[in-house]
Amino acid sequence: MRELITVENLSFSYPDGQQALIDVNLGIYEGDSVAVVGPNGAGKSTLILHFNGILRSNGHVKLMGRPVDDDNLKWVRNSVGLVFQNPDDQLFSPTVFDDVAFGPMNMGYSRFEVEQAVKRALGLVGMSGFEKRSPHHLSVGEKRRVAMATVLSMAPEVLVIDEPTSNLDPRGKRDLVDVLKGLSITKILISHDLEMVRELCPRMVIIDRGRIVADGNTNNILTDKKLLITHGLATE
Amino acid sequence: MKHSFLDQYSDHNSLVHRFDPRSKLLATLAFIATLVVIPTGSWPAYGMYFIIIVTLILLSRVPLLYILRHSLVIIPFVVLVAVFIPFFKEGEVAFSFNVWGWYFSVTHDGLELLWSILAKSWLSILGLVLLTSTTNFASLLLGLERLRMPRVMIMLLSFMYRYIFLITDEAMRMKQARDSRGYRRGWLRQMSTVGNMIGTLFVRSYERGERIYAAMVSRGFDGHSRTLNSLQFGRTDILFITGMILLLGIINLFTLFF
Repeated sequence: MRELITVENLSFSYPDGQQALIDVNLGIYEGDSVAVVGPNGAGKSTLILHFNGILRSNGHVKLMGRPVDDDNLKWVRNSVGLVFQNPDDQLFSPTVFDDVAFGPMNMGYSRFEVEQAVKRALGLVGMSGFEKRSPHHLSVGEKRRVAMATVLSMAPEVLVIDEPTSNLDPRGKRDLVDVLKGLSITKILISHDLEMVRELCPRMVIIDRGRIVADGNTNNILTDKKLLITHGLATE
Repeated sequence: MKHSFLDQYSDHNSLVHRFDPRSKLLATLAFIATLVVIPTGSWPAYGMYFIIIVTLILLSRVPLLYILRHSLVIIPFVVLVAVFIPFFKEGEVAFSFNVWGWYFSVTHDGLELLWSILAKSWLSILGLVLLTSTTNFASLLLGLERLRMPRVMIMLLSFMYRYIFLITDEAMRMKQARDSRGYRRGWLRQMSTVGNMIGTLFVRSYERGERIYAAMVSRGFDGHSRTLNSLQFGRTDILFITGMILLLGIINLFTLFF
């Protein structure tokens, strides 16, 4: 299997001195569906911001063998689709169509290609027919799915989603899990929702205080009660 | 929380709704500009303008009462600005009164000016309410863009439209949280609490701005914004806009020279 994202000895600290990542090593392979799990403030979001070059640490992160740097940022961002946690930050256009078309238009697609990409992406998340709606009149679940479409319309190699099921009611969550299940793309999910992780991701990575403390088969990790308790993911 | 739409009724379908946003923008602009230059007290002309706007409202099938209610919003502001005019305008005194030894007199000319200002601003706002109730905000922005309004202004307006309700929601939640913690009224205390809330709101909006920017950059935003042109300036638009301008021109010429 082809290695898509390679993280080698990545350390990162924020300008205020807070050490967010310490010597992280991780490989994401084509077709993977990986869950990145960890307590609040463990460094999960910091890690995914490195995947598409919003945060950069010279050469420690590689995409398909090429280091992520200033020269290939455009290619990196077209290949790694990041869906942010709050859909109200992700959806900033007056209509759903404009938002889903934003990425493809920045990629320089023609009018016809943009329309095709939008149609396809909305179809993938089950939101066809919502093109003319305004994002602020959608429900949270609908916003989440449109937010995913805004990234899928760019046809990325990897889809990275931050907390896809937070704030969702059980039905909204069910719908979202079904949509995610139907996507054949390589996925990285950040979540606390171990139930969803078990259903969607065969592989699981635990991050705590900036370090990767477990990486392996989801079922094995989830049965290790002691590990989960140590890292704040389960209670006794 | 639910908010009313800024552009309620704009998704309906009628002749006026189908006009290109550009022709509606231009027609509204022409309507207001020609109205402003008409001399004060030309009541027949105001009547004509009223007939034009009512005809358009009826054609648009937007409920008259809705437009009326929304148009009245502007009146207090106009009154606040214009109410002193009758006292200062010179001319024949209509009536005067005495308050604790101070003499106030109101002139006929001043009153006429006041009524004219009220009529003009009300007619203008009728035109604007009709514009926003027959054009949804997105196509209004697209129209402005095609009319060469600077990109920065368009993006500013579009972000405002997208986020104003979110910020209002945030403010309302903060108010609820404040009230549920036994907030006591008192002028001074209230001032400092409101100050803190505004500060918090500003910081949150600023941070939200950073997150939105990250989301835009993630999708290949490089400072240039691109849109798909999908407006149709048709024959009805040309008819509408030339008709409007001719009509308004004729009314203005008549009031100026006869």
